[in-house]
Amino acid sequence: MELPVLIVKGLIILVIFGITLLIATYSTYAERKVAAFLQDRIGPNRAGPWGLLQPIADAGKMFFKEDFIPAQASKWLFILGPCLAMLTALMSSAVIPFSDSIRFAWDKINYDIPVQGIEINIGVLYIFGVVSLGVYGIMVGGWASNNKFSLLGAIRAASQNISYEIALGLSLITILMMTGSLSLRAIIDEQATFFEWNIFTQPLGFVIFLTCAFAECNRTPFDLPECETELVGGYHTEYSSMKLGFYLFAEYINMFVSSAFISALYFGGFHYPFMSLVNEALENSMGAVTGHNIATLICFVVFFAKIFFFIFFFMWVRWTLPRFRYDQLMNLGWKTFIPLSILNVVITGAGLLYDFKYATWLIAIVMIVLAVTSTSRAPKRETIAQGTV
Amino acid sequence: MQLTNRSKQVSNKEMTLAEKMYLPAVVGGLAITLRHFFRKKVTIQYPEVKRYLGPIYRGHHVLKRDEQGRERCTACGLCAVACPAEAISMVAAERKKGEENLYREEKYAAVYEINMLRCIFCGLCEEACPKQAVYLRHDRMVPVFQERDEVIYGKDRLVEKMDDRYIRVNNSEVKATPTEPSLTRAAT
Repeated sequence: MELPVLIVKGLIILVIFGITLLIATYSTYAERKVAAFLQDRIGPNRAGPWGLLQPIADAGKMFFKEDFIPAQASKWLFILGPCLAMLTALMSSAVIPFSDSIRFAWDKINYDIPVQGIEINIGVLYIFGVVSLGVYGIMVGGWASNNKFSLLGAIRAASQNISYEIALGLSLITILMMTGSLSLRAIIDEQATFFEWNIFTQPLGFVIFLTCAFAECNRTPFDLPECETELVGGYHTEYSSMKLGFYLFAEYINMFVSSAFISALYFGGFHYPFMSLVNEALENSMGAVTGHNIATLICFVVFFAKIFFFIFFFMWVRWTLPRFRYDQLMNLGWKTFIPLSILNVVITGAGLLYDFKYATWLIAIVMIVLAVTSTSRAPKRETIAQGTV
Repeated sequence: MQLTNRSKQVSNKEMTLAEKMYLPAVVGGLAITLRHFFRKKVTIQYPEVKRYLGPIYRGHHVLKRDEQGRERCTACGLCAVACPAEAISMVAAERKKGEENLYREEKYAAVYEINMLRCIFCGLCEEACPKQAVYLRHDRMVPVFQERDEVIYGKDRLVEKMDDRYIRVNNSEVKATPTEPSLTRAAT
């Protein structure tokens, strides 16, 4: 690989890394703002204009807290826990294609460098591997704390992640069947036209995937590992200072990565309607190099708009829904999502056989019809006279 | 007995398929929270914006002067006796010749101190005062203090300034607290 290619690649990686951290930082701020707005409040507005320096103040506070390790804790594992959580969270953004490619001329040769940490043909598999490693951070930390509540939180996290990873994988298989590739860039390129976005071809898969992503990120309504009402603080009960900060930060990075992953898989990634027309017009009017780079920039912005919407959605749901009970969580995962996603795989396969992409709408329509009829046929709620119970 | 008309009947009936899918309920909930997102916020930005607390709010103490600018307090000590928190202490002194324009009566308070850490702002001193000398202002609060020696308020901070006279808004609906006697018919 030539030197300029290497430099540009390194720059791209650094920028992606920086953006990931920046977005995770400001997600904490956004979370508090969104929570406040959904609850008719204003939220942080004292540190800097509109409270924009709040994350920095929070981080400063975290750094100056006492870094405490319990006497009975297994010291190295206790330190390893948050490091693992942070490491796996940061690693997963490497394969996500954030935009098309940067073009530059060197020695009269045009180079196209994709805006992506690394383009590998097993991108989806890589993300799955790294994400399932993420549970070790929680598991190791919770176990090493030598605290019953931490251990219970860690066990909950582990069993929840394992249960939902199955449904997550199965709902993804349909996309892999339709694309025939594990490369994220190939999956995105498959969705070039608007009505071929996977949200339109795989509506059921999308709902399952989204819900499982919530469970994988330990976000409400599936935040049982850190369920305050039952488990004090869950797996991070014994953590303080920046170790706790790492856990909380890793959660926001995970949220960012899964938002990016969802928008790449189901919402066409950096594609937007009439993109090819815009690209052509730009390249014709501003030259192949500048025009292409500006088109790439637009793609980048579009992709981030999608990501921000999903981050907002994560927060929106968090401040709307109450937490599931643990048996409800397991029932939903094993008894509903896994059978449904297997059915989804079968129907998609049949659809591919007859060359009909929108086959899974069949399941959705059948489910809606069933739901409507069952509601209309259900007996009216018997009213219990007050005072008799 | 029905207390409100908002109570909902509960039943243990098995959920229908639509309810088991959660999705309609989830979407409904999301719509509700989104409506709140755009609603007007109820927050009052406290130190910058202060809310009117009503004409009977008991805030900062003030030692009134009469209409000629003479202090009304005669250091009788009834406020100190009435004070349940024992926050008030005073030293009485006799008025000298030539001080008639400073103190209304022959006896006055040379030292009048209120310990703001002890004060519970109950307003009993205000009720006990026979000379209408001590009041709790409705429009000003005792500021936050950081040091212990800021806590005891002497006459320098309690006696009413002539350029900043305190008049309680006379609200006919409020009968619970003694109203300010108009400055023209000051009690003797």
